[in-house]
Amino acid sequence: MTRDNSIDKILLRVAEIMIQELKLEDVTPETFDPVIDLVDEVGIDSMDLATVALVIRDEYRIRIDEDDYPKLTSVQLISEYIERKLKEKAAEGAAV
Amino acid sequence: MKTVSSLLNPEWYERYKKISKLNIRSSIYDVTNRCNLRCKGCFFFSSNEHQAAPEENDIKRWEAFIDRETERGVNLAILIGGEPTLCLDRVEAFYKRLSTFCATNGLIKIPRDRFPDMMLGISLWGDEHDETVLRGKDTFRISSQNYEGDPHVYYLYTITPRQIGKTEGVIRKIKDVGLKVHMQLLSNDEGVSGFSWTPEQFDAIRAEMDAMLDAYPDTVISSKYYHEVITTGKMLGRSFGWNECPSVTQPLDHRSPPPKRLIEFIRWASDLHTMHRCCTSETRDCATCKDGAAHMSWVMVNKRAHVRTTRDLQNWIEVYEMFAKLYQFMPW
Repeated sequence: MTRDNSIDKILLRVAEIMIQELKLEDVTPETFDPVIDLVDEVGIDSMDLATVALVIRDEYRIRIDEDDYPKLTSVQLISEYIERKLKEKAAEGAAV
Repeated sequence: MKTVSSLLNPEWYERYKKISKLNIRSSIYDVTNRCNLRCKGCFFFSSNEHQAAPEENDIKRWEAFIDRETERGVNLAILIGGEPTLCLDRVEAFYKRLSTFCATNGLIKIPRDRFPDMMLGISLWGDEHDETVLRGKDTFRISSQNYEGDPHVYYLYTITPRQIGKTEGVIRKIKDVGLKVHMQLLSNDEGVSGFSWTPEQFDAIRAEMDAMLDAYPDTVISSKYYHEVITTGKMLGRSFGWNECPSVTQPLDHRSPPPKRLIEFIRWASDLHTMHRCCTSETRDCATCKDGAAHMSWVMVNKRAHVRTTRDLQNWIEVYEMFAKLYQFMPW
């Protein structure tokens, strides 16, 4: 079955991963503000980001460079990053 | 979901934003196995860490090693020993390459023309009497002459149970020579008689540390939350110990589940190959460890856990600011 990798689906899934992995309380994937600054507002740190990145890497089978972590400061930005990586991967697959 | 801005007023939020992106990555380096003192209770000698590895003597190898450390992402070198000032060429190799803090007993005056703004933490174990009992001499008399009024120096005052009721005298002496002080507690690794803590003594010294911070806010670099955490060994209902300590050398850290920890932290021996288990003595019981930096770091790496109430988050900010001041990431 083909996975639905629309940006809306990715947003929801990233929010869900955040909530599960970081044990965030009083929030659901649907109510998670996608543009909220994860560092300044939610209080996550580089270790939290690394934890989330590992789950995302395994789930979407994409590589997340550690140098990119500082740029991934919201669910929106993480989701767009995933979407871009998936498109690059698909383009590489099509070119082979 | 609790957010930072929902818990803080604009003033505290600004303080938070100043520190939230500092991303300090420290490691600790034994600069030498030698010291010009032999203090009772010094973990370096009591646990034979001075014999863990032979010193590297080639300064070129030190320089190459430090370059590799900066590439590894370390942005704060914490130099300990032995006594680092016995090997100023090695200290200088660090200082020229990255932010450097040097722990010293203050008996040797570093030349400020070579190290104009390097932060020094001078160890002090009490008043004249206790210094003489534990360290063989009153080091304050010498160190205070060497560093009077130096803006890049503070005393790292290791408080013993015998100092209860006497800390104000020590702090006033430090104030009078124009220096700052940070307080931590002796872990008494060598079990020196009369220097182990009881629960009642922890309560008493916590109250005294709080009183000193209130009375000497321009001299004492500390926070009441830090006093609470280090005297009780508790943070947010959790107990300090091996399963919680953030200052374990990362390549040797196989704990499961992994706790919140200092990223890429390593404590290196002076052969530049051997790694020590953690920031302090490997033979120490983690449940009773009172290492000040480990307790500060414990708070700092658990930021999100403090995004819970306004007071919790303010506590976290104060501890982080304290650390940032002690290691010159922000002014006093």
